Amino acid sequence: MTETSSAPASAPVSASVFTPKSRVRAFFEAWPPLILLALAWIAAMLLLAAFGDLVAPADYMAMDLRARLAPPVGMGGDWAHPLGTDELGRDVLSRLIASIRISLTIAFLATLVSAVLGVSLGFLAAYFRGKAEQAILMLVDAQAAMPFMIIALAVLAFLGNSLTLFTLLMGFYGWERIARIARGLAIAAQEQGYASAARDLGASPWRVYGRHILPNIASTLLVSMTLNFPEVILLESGLSFLGLGVQPPETSLGAMVGYGRDYIQSAPWIMLAPSAAIVLTTLCISLIGDWLRDILDPTLS
Amino acid sequence: MVSYALSRIGRAAITLLLIVTAAFVILRLTGDPAIIILGPDAPPAAYEAFRRNWGLDEPILVQYLAYFGAVAEGDLGRSMRDGRDAIEVVGERIPLTLALTLPALAFNLALGLGAGVAAALNRNSWIDRAIMAVSVMGFTVPSFVMGLTLSLIFAVKLRWLPAGGAESWEHAILPVVTMGLIGAAIIARFTRSAMLEVLGQPYIRTASAKGVPWRRVILGHALPNAAIPTLTIIGFMVGSLVAGAVVVESIFSWPGVGRLLVSAVANRDLAVVQTILLLIGFTMVLANLAVDLAYGWIDPRLRAGRAAPAK
Repeated sequence: MTETSSAPASAPVSASVFTPKSRVRAFFEAWPPLILLALAWIAAMLLLAAFGDLVAPADYMAMDLRARLAPPVGMGGDWAHPLGTDELGRDVLSRLIASIRISLTIAFLATLVSAVLGVSLGFLAAYFRGKAEQAILMLVDAQAAMPFMIIALAVLAFLGNSLTLFTLLMGFYGWERIARIARGLAIAAQEQGYASAARDLGASPWRVYGRHILPNIASTLLVSMTLNFPEVILLESGLSFLGLGVQPPETSLGAMVGYGRDYIQSAPWIMLAPSAAIVLTTLCISLIGDWLRDILDPTLS
Repeated sequence: MVSYALSRIGRAAITLLLIVTAAFVILRLTGDPAIIILGPDAPPAAYEAFRRNWGLDEPILVQYLAYFGAVAEGDLGRSMRDGRDAIEVVGERIPLTLALTLPALAFNLALGLGAGVAAALNRNSWIDRAIMAVSVMGFTVPSFVMGLTLSLIFAVKLRWLPAGGAESWEHAILPVVTMGLIGAAIIARFTRSAMLEVLGQPYIRTASAKGVPWRRVILGHALPNAAIPTLTIIGFMVGSLVAGAVVVESIFSWPGVGRLLVSAVANRDLAVVQTILLLIGFTMVLANLAVDLAYGWIDPRLRAGRAAPAK
């Protein structure tokens, strides 16, 4: 406040109606505490997924048959196995870290696949209109009419299972929503000045859609991708829980809950640790997604 | 109304056609259907009979039509496991699955609609906040975590209810509650936003301004209008109930269609998988058709064919 020095000394300092927000308050208004917590949790999950091997107390496949079903710290266990061990004496914390890595990687790749698929089909529908658009919209409706979990189960039955196929299959989840959004936004964008200007300058459709329209609608697409992500985690963990998703010796959060349920009475920690990880992670991503939508997309209330 | 109903029925028929076609294509893509349906160990005479029966030596278009005929007659091959007709194996499980999903749907609607309306009418009060905070659960707690947690509390620790099986009605309580709670959370969120949208409309203000009692404004003006967008979500709920049944039946060892599907996928009993796929597809199409027709019944604008449904 440099003006105060030039102001008459008699003027009261509080004469101004404007009271500047404290920096702390402005910071928390831009970044609500709940969102900060959610972001911190997701950051921790990503760090664990990337560098978990450095923190993990043991190899996630290493068995220690003398320490089977050891309880976690707080339930009578010791720090050798902070979250206890499973029926083969494998360290639950180490398995949890390996599971988080697999589950997040699958969800991330699957969301990318579904975004690419959805945006491509949405743009094709917007560009060609007519019959091609009708065909794509019919596919969208048919996909939306069938619960994806059932389709996924059928595909796994007919084609068998492998980690690559499974990840790709998860990539088909949610493409129809992204395609619908991408088509709607692209049709609206085509009518705007910048798109027709680029077209009139002789830009190819690839250029108009890829370099001009896509960046302009990216924020809305990003929000719907963020909201797709936790649903893929839930779907993947559901299928893995049933024993039809990620196969041993690999592990995922759902697979851990799946075999942990056999020990629900004697060793509930095997199932509780991954359950908590699933619930917290999906909750945090959903919160961040809603928050991003409020910031990035003023058209949606 | 008639033309509206006919157009919806036409669309449902097209979707059914797509589903059967998709099943046909998938079946042909994966190899010789005789081996797939009968399994690799069937006697050669059975393959012969099957190929003749399904006309596999005919051109693909004839086969396609023949496939429709077989589906219409319910001839969907035999289960690899016990050699009985797949449709019979699936059919005997249907009542057990309905015994879970119908009560769960009722539970869903009663709790979800009630909580959603209560939250909307008490907007921004602690009631609203509490209901919305609990309903976040429906989006973030997977059904298997919910089911196992309930099982851990009520079956393992308190020993009030059985943890699995289908011997008595008590066995159905935990599965129904698991499916019901998750669905109710989703319905509550939708009902709340639909109600809030309606409560902000001019006709509500007009009704209260002309002195209609508040109860009648809510019951006569707000609820019927909020029902229209809420119906959409109920059609969607049928799908999530079906998917939920797969997981919940597996958790509680309930011998319904969902558990059959899981074991059929694990054993690659493809005739059974195909039958369940078609069954669920038909159910979904019929559910969506029912919702569409209910739209026309609730929304007089649609009956008159004047406007598109308010989405």
